[in-house]
Amino acid sequence: MSWMPHLIAAPIILPLFTAALMMLLGEKHRSLKAQINIISSLLGLAIACYLMWWVQDQGQAGSIGVYLPGNWQVPFGIVLVVDRLSALMLVLTGIVGVCALLFAMARWDRAGASFHALFQIQLMGLYGAFLTADLFNLFVFFEVLLAASYGLMLHGSGKARVSAGLHYIAINLLASSLFLIGAAMIYGVTGTLNMADLALKIPLVPEADRGLLHAGAAILATAFLAKAGMWPLNFWLVPAYSSASAPVAALFAIMTKVGFYTLLRLWTLMFSGQAGASAHFGGQWLIYGGLATIAVAAVCILAAQRLERMASLSILISAGILLAAIGFGQSGLIAAALFYLVSSTLALSALFLLAELIERSRSANEIPLEYDADPLPAAVEALHPPKGINLDDEQKAVVGQVIPWTMAFLGLSFIACALLIIGMPPLSGFIGKLNLIAALFNPQGLGVATEQTPSASAWVYLALLILSGLASLIALARVGMQRFWTPHERPSPLLRLNECVPIMVLLGLCVLLAMRAEPLLRYTADTAAMLDDPKQYVMTVLGAQPVPGPTTTSLEGEP
Amino acid sequence: MEEVIAIAIGVLAASGVWLILRPRTFQVVMGLCLLSYGVNLFIFSMGSLFIGKEPIIKEGVPQDLLNYTDPLPQALVLTAIVISFAMTALFLVVLLASRGLTGTDHVDGREPKE
Repeated sequence: MSWMPHLIAAPIILPLFTAALMMLLGEKHRSLKAQINIISSLLGLAIACYLMWWVQDQGQAGSIGVYLPGNWQVPFGIVLVVDRLSALMLVLTGIVGVCALLFAMARWDRAGASFHALFQIQLMGLYGAFLTADLFNLFVFFEVLLAASYGLMLHGSGKARVSAGLHYIAINLLASSLFLIGAAMIYGVTGTLNMADLALKIPLVPEADRGLLHAGAAILATAFLAKAGMWPLNFWLVPAYSSASAPVAALFAIMTKVGFYTLLRLWTLMFSGQAGASAHFGGQWLIYGGLATIAVAAVCILAAQRLERMASLSILISAGILLAAIGFGQSGLIAAALFYLVSSTLALSALFLLAELIERSRSANEIPLEYDADPLPAAVEALHPPKGINLDDEQKAVVGQVIPWTMAFLGLSFIACALLIIGMPPLSGFIGKLNLIAALFNPQGLGVATEQTPSASAWVYLALLILSGLASLIALARVGMQRFWTPHERPSPLLRLNECVPIMVLLGLCVLLAMRAEPLLRYTADTAAMLDDPKQYVMTVLGAQPVPGPTTTSLEGEP
Repeated sequence: MEEVIAIAIGVLAASGVWLILRPRTFQVVMGLCLLSYGVNLFIFSMGSLFIGKEPIIKEGVPQDLLNYTDPLPQALVLTAIVISFAMTALFLVVLLASRGLTGTDHVDGREPKE
């Protein structure tokens, strides 16, 4: 297969060139740019799917693809690596990207300049961050995706967006500084930035330098945790995500997952069970931080009133669930967390898209965008119909009255999203949470008895998983009643097909995941098994040989 | 020399952090600038500090680490400078937009209540 090692770089190069092309096209030709954008995004998704298929098709032995962009020997040059985890995240990014773009093409891409170019650069940064196997290269791709996200965040302008964007940019610049300090300290101690090489070097670090290494890793992790949305580093997230335009917020649903991905990748490589004195460094912090994130976000969601805010807080809840799941360091739990990640990312980006359509049906300025009108939700009496209004005033028979298809679509999609986020059967959110709980108490797999009793933090995790579901249930049920069941006459919203299709695709995938959960569960179980034993990853990456070029031999002859 | 560099990094980082915590947007920009200078010096010093050693191979000088300094941190610092410079410029634009839209230079977009 001559295409293969080169195709690993394609998800980065394709959006880069597409974005460059759009810059050349200038301000005009919006529909042409939209078409190029969607074709390029679909192509990117197809490449991601192919990479996933390739990774799975190779069997256990060679299931890691390594590409050397500079054709340098491994620890010296940068490396791109695709393994099961990267491939899964690539496909997820592709799906969310295409859906967000379809939605944006209906209306939102007209709201400001350069939307399509920024969108492609954002995709490039995301794909790059998932593919790279070098710490500093990771920093560069983080900056690429952040730079694009600053532009996208401000897309559509307005006071609320600029205010939230200012905080978003400041906190991310600060996190980038921490990233650099952490990376520099790790380089100072180990002398390498290659992730696979780090995994080899860390057990050999002398005892005197270990404190410095841990400090560096902790500073680095702080930067990622701020991006992944761990409490108390996540105060920027809710205002930023809930004021961003709908397609951008839907795309941002995967951005916190980048932080989670890098933590998972680096933690399993650097502090795996084989890392000697550093094994499982900081796992407790991830657990406690994750638990605190779930608890705080679950309380906040009870007080939220706007649907976008609830979606942002649901992102935080899922971030907390994922972070705590890494911290336990159990292979089965990581597998379950990855399944939950797929399901929750799809559901949350659908909810962000849906929220805009639902809020659009209300009169535009009922609640100003920037602040919730009241600090706390209205009391239950507000949900009762006002006095003097008879619900069937004109004595119309309710039976047989046609619900407009738009309201039916919005209502059904809302119910599906809510079920997915709460984790209630029959959709895939339930399977995700059930698997998390099952893996938490059966570290060796179902049916294998274990001697050790679950720790106290495992019980707290279980309780928070269920209570956060309950909090989401209360919050979403309340907002659903307010939006769909209130008797006020309002025109049913106008929906375009472009806006309904992405939501249907995202929710359809979740339904598919619920019906055919097994292939993905097997895939995530294999992924977690590979993460649990990083030896194969390290050996494959370090064993990659540069392609001999026509000049290589003659250069080697010189002194 | 190590002490001087260490004190310089510490002063830059401390003033940067203090400025970032101030309520005016321009102070935040200056704070981020100072902090990024501190970080750049920090990366640079991670390649260990020498006087009169170059990172580039010269003819006639033996090719070992006794005669050269580590080139990688210098390359990294170059990238970090470019990126932080671009990001600061972008932040300035957003700062001006915020000033124009809200009419105040407070980071929250509104003056605190007395």
